[in-house]
Amino acid sequence: MGTDIKAPPVTGAGARTITLTVNGRERGLRVEPRVSLLDALREHLGLTGSKKGCDQGACGACTVWVDGRRVLACLTLAVTCQGREVTTIEGLGDGDDLHPMQAAFVAHDALQCGYCTPGQIMSAVALLREGHAADDAEIAEWMSGNLCRCAAYPNIRAAIREVRDAAGGA
Amino acid sequence: MRPFGYARVADADTAIATVREHPGGAFLAGGTTEVDLVRQNVLRPDLLVDINDLPLAGIEDRPDGGLRIGALARMSDVAEAAGVADRFPMLAQALLLGASAQLRNMASMGGNLCQRVRCGYFRDATSPCNKRDPGSGCAAIDGFHRGHAVLGTSDQCIAVHPSDAAVALVALDAMVRTRGPGGERSIAIDDFFLLPGDTPDRERALEHGELITAIEVPAVPVARRSVYVKVRDRASYEFALASVAAAIHVQDGAIADVRLALGGVATKPWRARAAERSLLGGPATPDAFAEAAGRELAAAVPRPLNAYKVELARRTIVRALTALAEDGR
Ligand SMILES: Cc1cc2nc3c(=O)[nH]c(=O)nc-3n(C[C@H](O)[C@H](O)[C@H](O)COP(=O)(O)OP(=O)(O)OC[C@H]3O[C@@H](n4cnc5c(N)ncnc54)[C@H](O)[C@@H]3O)c2cc1C
Ligand code: SF4
Ligand code: FES
Ligand code: FES
Repeated sequence: MGTDIKAPPVTGAGARTITLTVNGRERGLRVEPRVSLLDALREHLGLTGSKKGCDQGACGACTVWVDGRRVLACLTLAVTCQGREVTTIEGLGDGDDLHPMQAAFVAHDALQCGYCTPGQIMSAVALLREGHAADDAEIAEWMSGNLCRCAAYPNIRAAIREVRDAAGGA
Repeated sequence: MRPFGYARVADADTAIATVREHPGGAFLAGGTTEVDLVRQNVLRPDLLVDINDLPLAGIEDRPDGGLRIGALARMSDVAEAAGVADRFPMLAQALLLGASAQLRNMASMGGNLCQRVRCGYFRDATSPCNKRDPGSGCAAIDGFHRGHAVLGTSDQCIAVHPSDAAVALVALDAMVRTRGPGGERSIAIDDFFLLPGDTPDRERALEHGELITAIEVPAVPVARRSVYVKVRDRASYEFALASVAAAIHVQDGAIADVRLALGGVATKPWRARAAERSLLGGPATPDAFAEAAGRELAAAVPRPLNAYKVELARRTIVRALTALAEDGR
């Protein structure tokens, strides 16, 4: 044992209060460690835009940003987001004032059932920021983490191309 | 999901001590394996120790041409680090061909080495599975084993090691740096991964509570021209059926240096030493590549549904080496 004595960390399985920023607003909530970020958003905060497709990291429907990076909310524990900044599809536009990517999805009919769409859009905006949208092949590869059972892929790519070109490059 | 405790710690000693004190404790990094398998009831930790605040996310180019990757560096950041793409293209490619952009943003390099097998019987939490429930049998051997291994198998387990990055790291002779109750140590990556043998539940040479702190890649000049070729059922976001990490250097018509490792076909990231021996000093021709691939796969134990992997691996080796040889002309 060293001389540097630290308090043992809190280790319980019970609910605890965490604070995180969601779409620019600080939110407090009580969750057990086993609650995923996806369930915290949907069931505790009433933000049902992020979807649960597989709950296994395999579909991308739950894609949100944590500290600005796109991640899967189903494989993220809410407690690990203490002090972090979470952005969901609800934080992208402002009411009827859509984010350009949302508008492009509408214009290009980039959905059928719409279940995958919030995840697609959160991924697509991040993709342009990451700079991996030079051509259709690159867009397809870097969007491969978002499955679409309705196979709207060509229209999703068209929407992404439009926003990319309007913004002046990838 | 079953309940479990959670602690977020800020330093390695506390993390190690906390997991050591809890026989059912485990580290939590990106969570892309751990959270998934806890939800499936395959893993049943009573405590997850969140190590994401530990200062282990650095990626450092070494002046000698090597590389030090912190255990918490994310797959996406390692793949895009300039020193990795220049010096070790096979590693950058293996990372970028793995999982998805979202998962790569989450997944840490230490966690990547510790990811668990994708065998459906292991994951269903009910079938006989010696890896999940030692002594219960192996449902895959006489079951659906189309994705399973042909190299390094035992009569106890035939599951493939799923990591792509680890295949490149095995080809590069990386060292795994760890810290545990007994202090720090370095483990050659080929010794870090264990064959299933009679103890398929033991996959890694790590003690309970031993923390991976970094992965060190030595200077490997031949790796500057290297590739990772991954063959799978769909073009992206899928595990390998067969994959090859390869590097060769040809001088005066003869192979002067070579690195070759296989994924998707073996129970651990597979250094193809028999093939390397066969290639060294010989010509860089498709015939020589096929001969070498054949020697490596002579040890394969195919089963009814995965026998195709022997030919698939052979052809993937030839394709990877041919691409490198042509590129070098
Ligand atoms: C849908 C899907 C597709 C995927 N596709 C691929 C693919 O194509 N190729 C590929 O290579 N991988 C793939 N993966 C696997 C992914 O790469 C791993 O899940 C990931 O690398 C694990 O890292 P993590 O940080 O999330 O680990 P965690 O889930 O946090 O941890 C995994 C394990 O490692 C232990 N651990 C973590 N860090 C340390 C440490 N520093 N020291 C000691 N122990 C530690 C944990 O206790 C746990 O047991 C895929 C995963 C999913 C869900
Ligand atoms: S192959 Fe291995 S992991 Fe799969 S059922 Fe058999 S013992 Fe379990
Ligand atoms: S719900 Fe998260 S990836 Fe499918
Ligand atoms: S629009 Fe139906 S799943 Fe994509």
